[in-house]
Amino acid sequence: MEWEVVIGLETHTQLQTNTKIFSGASVKYGAEPNTQACEVSIALPGVLPVLNKEAVNCAIKFGLAINAEIAPRSVFARKNYFYPDLPKGYQISQFELPVVGKGAVTIQVPAVGKNAAYEKVVNITRAHLEEDAGKSVHGAVEGMSGIDLNRAGTPLLEIVTEPDMRSAAEAVAYAKKLHELVQWIGICDGNMQEGSFRCDVNVSVRKKGSDKLGTRREIKNLNSFKFMTQAIEYETRWQIETLEDGGTIHQATVLFNPDTGETRAMRSKEEANDYRYFPDPDLLPLEITEADKARIHAQMPELPEAMKARFEAQFGLTGYDAASLTASRELANYFVATVDKGAEAKPAANWVMGAISAKLNAEEKPLEDSPVSAEQLASLLKRIADNTISNNAAKQVFEAMWNGEGEVDAIIEAKGLKQVSDTGAIEAIIDEVLVANAAMVEEFKAGKEKAFNALVGQAMKASKGKANPAQVNELLKKKLTA
Amino acid sequence: MALSIEDIKKIAHLARIEVSENEATTTLAKLTGILGLIEQMQAVDTTGIVPMSHSQDLAQRLREDVVTKTNQREEFQKIAPVLGNGSSEKAVDHGLYLVPKVIE
Amino acid sequence: MSNTSLTNSSLFQLSQMLANKAISSVELTQAFLNRIDALNPSINAYIALDKDKTLAQAKAADARIAAGSAEPLTGIPVAQKDIFCAKDWQTTCGSKMLANFIAPYDAHVITLFNAAGAVNLGKTNMDEFAMGSSNETSYFGGVKNPWDFDRVPGGSSGGSAAAVAARLCAAATGTDTGGSIRQPASLCGFTGLKPTYGVVSRYGMIAFASSLDQAGPMAKSAEDCALMMNVMAGFDERDSTSLNRAKEDYTRELAKPLHGLKIGLPKEYFAEGLDASVATVIEAAIAEYKKLGAEIVEISLPNTGLSIPVYYVLAPAEASSNLSRYDGVRYGHRAAEYTDLMDMYNKSRAEGFGAEVKRRILIGTYVLSAGYYDAYYLKAQQIRRLIAQDFVEAFKQCDVIMGPAAPSTAFKAGEKVDDPVAMYLQDIYTISTNLAGLPGMSVPAGFSNGLPVGLQIIGNYFDEARMLNVAHQYQQVTDWHTQMPDLTMPKDIA
Repeated sequence: MEWEVVIGLETHTQLQTNTKIFSGASVKYGAEPNTQACEVSIALPGVLPVLNKEAVNCAIKFGLAINAEIAPRSVFARKNYFYPDLPKGYQISQFELPVVGKGAVTIQVPAVGKNAAYEKVVNITRAHLEEDAGKSVHGAVEGMSGIDLNRAGTPLLEIVTEPDMRSAAEAVAYAKKLHELVQWIGICDGNMQEGSFRCDVNVSVRKKGSDKLGTRREIKNLNSFKFMTQAIEYETRWQIETLEDGGTIHQATVLFNPDTGETRAMRSKEEANDYRYFPDPDLLPLEITEADKARIHAQMPELPEAMKARFEAQFGLTGYDAASLTASRELANYFVATVDKGAEAKPAANWVMGAISAKLNAEEKPLEDSPVSAEQLASLLKRIADNTISNNAAKQVFEAMWNGEGEVDAIIEAKGLKQVSDTGAIEAIIDEVLVANAAMVEEFKAGKEKAFNALVGQAMKASKGKANPAQVNELLKKKLTA
Repeated sequence: MALSIEDIKKIAHLARIEVSENEATTTLAKLTGILGLIEQMQAVDTTGIVPMSHSQDLAQRLREDVVTKTNQREEFQKIAPVLGNGSSEKAVDHGLYLVPKVIE
Repeated sequence: MSNTSLTNSSLFQLSQMLANKAISSVELTQAFLNRIDALNPSINAYIALDKDKTLAQAKAADARIAAGSAEPLTGIPVAQKDIFCAKDWQTTCGSKMLANFIAPYDAHVITLFNAAGAVNLGKTNMDEFAMGSSNETSYFGGVKNPWDFDRVPGGSSGGSAAAVAARLCAAATGTDTGGSIRQPASLCGFTGLKPTYGVVSRYGMIAFASSLDQAGPMAKSAEDCALMMNVMAGFDERDSTSLNRAKEDYTRELAKPLHGLKIGLPKEYFAEGLDASVATVIEAAIAEYKKLGAEIVEISLPNTGLSIPVYYVLAPAEASSNLSRYDGVRYGHRAAEYTDLMDMYNKSRAEGFGAEVKRRILIGTYVLSAGYYDAYYLKAQQIRRLIAQDFVEAFKQCDVIMGPAAPSTAFKAGEKVDDPVAMYLQDIYTISTNLAGLPGMSVPAGFSNGLPVGLQIIGNYFDEARMLNVAHQYQQVTDWHTQMPDLTMPKDIA
C-alpha cells in the first residue's frame, strides 16, 4: 500500500527588536536569570501591556515579503492556560483576526537520489504576533524546576502554512527558505541555537489518492534542519507502521529526542486543552493603514524573487544560478559587490557558488568571515579576464589569498604565475616541442586528433604552465596545418 | 444549558481551583442561580450586531522600541512566596523561581 | 477649631488652612490618624496603616508648602483603596492571596497623588478583588456603615466609603467596575464619581474586569471630587486604554448656573425593584433641580434589565483570566503543603481566593469554555453594544441622566451574602454605564429611615466637569452632603 505524508509547519520567529513585545524590558540573549524580567514580564498585579511598534513593523515586512493580505484591523486575544513559564496564566496572541493573512512562499526542493530538483509553492495560512513564554530550568534544585522569565514577553511572529508539504525534503526546503527570508528582510536573526527560529511540524499520513487528511501529531520545537528531517522521517514511519499494524493515530503533541532519533508524546499536554480565547480587554484593535504599509515597503530591501529575476535579465544567469545566488542576502550581496568591482557576472557567479561556497562549507564559516573579500575576488577575476593568469593559476592565487598570503597581483608575482602571452616566446616553445615530438606530429598528420592534445600538454609543460593555453592552441594549430 | 457536578469539576480543573465534593455541590447550586440570571440574554435577537469588546472605538497606541526597564530582580524576589512543604525559605534559587518539577 | 470640624472640612478649606499655615500637614494628618485610632477598630475601614510612612509624607508636604511649591492637594491626607499598588505598602486587594504582598511599584494614580504632595493615610478595605457590593467578601472582614453599624457600607469600595463618611480621611480613591464607587457613595451618603473609561490610568490598579474598571474620587462634595480629579485624571502611556487628551480643570464649570439643563429620567430606573422610599427621595431631588431651572425629559434605556446578565458574563470572563496570574509561583499565597505542580496550583488558588471570587472565576471560565463562547460571551458583547446605543439615543434628548444610584438604602450585614443573585441586583442602575464606558456619579440626596440615599447623575463621554457642576449647584442649595453620622468619640479626641 502506498502512503503519503502530509506536512504543515508552524514557525516561531523571534523578531529583531530591542525590547519585549509588551514592555520596555531588554530581549538581549544570555542575561542572568530574571534580570530582564520587569514587572510586566513577571505579571505583577496591576501591570498592563503596551505594544511595541517595531514588532508590528516586522509583521508588516513579512506580510509584504510573502505578498499577503495585511489586516487593516487585527485583534490581540488571550490564550488561557496554566504553566509556570507563563506568568499571567495567559499568552497574549492573535486568534480570530491575525495581522498577516494568506500569502505564499516559493521553495526550491533539491534533487534527492534519482529525483530531480523542483520548485514548489507553499501557501501561508496566516502569521500572527504573540509573546514568548519563559524557560524552565531543570536540575538546579532536587525535584524542582527553576523558572527564568527573561524570555517571557519576547516578540514572536508565528507563521503557519497550509498542509502543503509532502516529504521531509519539502518541509526542510520550506523551513530553510523561510529561515533565509526572515533574515533577508531583517526581522529575525535566524539563530536556531538560541531559539530565534523554532519549528513545530504537523505530520499526518494518508493513503495515496485520498483527499482526506489523517489525524496529525505535532512535533514541537525543532531547532535544527537535521533534526527536522530525522523527526519527520521517524514520525512518518511510526505513523505508517502503527496504521499498518491496525492501530489508530491520536492527535498529540510530541517531542523529538535527538539522542534516540525518536518522537514521544508530551506528558504535560495529554489533556485536551481548552484555551478559552477571548479578545484582550487591555489592548484595543491594531490598525494598519495603507500609509503604514507604504512607509515600511520603502524601507525594505529588494526581495529574493525580484533579485533572482533581475540577475537572470541583467546578467544572463540561468534560473538555477540566480536562485542559488539569492538563497541568502549575504551571498547575493557578495555576488553583486564582486560584479560592481569589475568582475564579469558569469565567472563571478561560478566562483561565488563554486570556490567560495566550497571553502566556507569545508571550514564551516559564514560568508561574513570569508578571508577573500568581494573586491579581492573581483581583482582575481579581472586577472583571468585580461589573460594575466590562467584559470588553473587563478585557483592557486585564490588558495593563497584565502590563506592570507596577500593581494592578487603580489601573489601572482611572488609565485611567478603570470601567463606567457608573448607570441614569439610561445612560438619558440612550440618549435622546440615539435622537434622533440616528431612522432606525435606524424600521428596527428595521420589523422589522430588525440595527438594534438598531447602536443598542447607538452607545450604547456615546457612553459611550466605559464603559457596562455588558448594561444598555445591557436599557434600550434597554425604550425601543424601550415 | 443545565450545569452538572461534572461541569463544575471540569471548569474548576481548568481554573486550577481545588473543590471538594461538598464544595462542588454548593457551587453547583449557586452557579445554577447565576446562570439562570444570565439566560435572560438568550431572548434577545442579536443578529448582525457587532460585538463590543471595548467602550472606546479607537485604535491601539504603539510604544517606541526603547529599553526603559532595568534589572529589579532582587526587589521583585523579596516578595516571592515561601517554598512550603516544610521549608520556610523563599521559593527562589540563584535568581530562578522554584516550582515543583515541570514534566514535559 | 475642633478636630471634628477639621476632619469635616472641605479639601478647599484644608488647602487654604495649609497654605496660610493655620495648620500643618503633620497636625492635620495626626488629627485623622487619631480619629482612625479611635474609630477604625470598630468600623474596619482600613486594611493597612503605616503611621511612620504617612507622617513622613506629611512632613515632606510641610516642607514643600514652606518652600512655596505646594499644589492644591499638597499636605492633604487621602485614603487609597487597597486595589492600588503603592510601593512598600501592603497591597492586598482584600484577598488572602495577597495578604503578604508588599507592592514593589506605584500605581499611576499613586504616583500622581505623590507628585501632588498628598499624604497617603492608608489602604482601605474592599471586597476581595473588588467583587462584591457589600464589602463582605473581604478577607480582612466586613466594614461597618458609619450610619448604622449593623449595615453594610456597600461595595466594593466599602472601606473608602466608610472612611469618607466617618471622616477618617479628607477624601479617598475608589474603583468602579459595576458601581463600586457609586453604590457605596449612595449607601454611605457622600459624593463619588466614576469617570469615563480611559480618563484615569489603570496602571498599577489591580485588575478585576479590565474593559470596565475605572478609578475615581470618593469625597464629601462635588467640589472635592473635582479637586481629586484634577490630580487623578490624565494620560498614561503605560495603559493602552488611557486616553491621550489634554489635561483639564474639573472645577472650571462648578459655578455655572443650571438654567436650561435638560435632565433625562429613564423610566426603567423608576420601575419595579426600586424601593419606594428611595424613589421619594430621588423625586424630591429632581424637584429641587426644577427649581434650579432644569427641564425634565422622560427617556428610555430599554436594555437596562439586560445589563446585569451581560455584566455577569463579561466581568467574570475577564476576571477569570486576570486572576490566573495568582498561581503561587512568583508572589502571593502558595499552599504550605503540595505534592506536585498541579496540586500546588489547585491548593494555592483554592486557599488564596474566597468563595465569591472562586464563583466568579468559575462562571468566567465556563462562559469562555469551548462550546459556550458564542452563546454567552459573544452574545453578551453584542447586547453590550445595544446597551451603549441606548445611551447614545438618550443623550440626543438630554444633557444628563438622573435616577437612583442603588435600589435601596444600606442593607443589613449578612442579609444577601448567601444569595449572589440578590446581591448582583444591587448594581442594576450602575452597571450599564460601565458597559458603555460612560461617567456616573452618586450625590447625597436625602435620607430614608435615617439612612442616606444617593442620586445618580450619568453624563455623556468626557462630561465630568459638567456633571460636577450639576452636582455642585445642587449642593449649593441642599445640605445633605454636609450631614455626617453621629459617631461616639472618646472625649479627648472629640
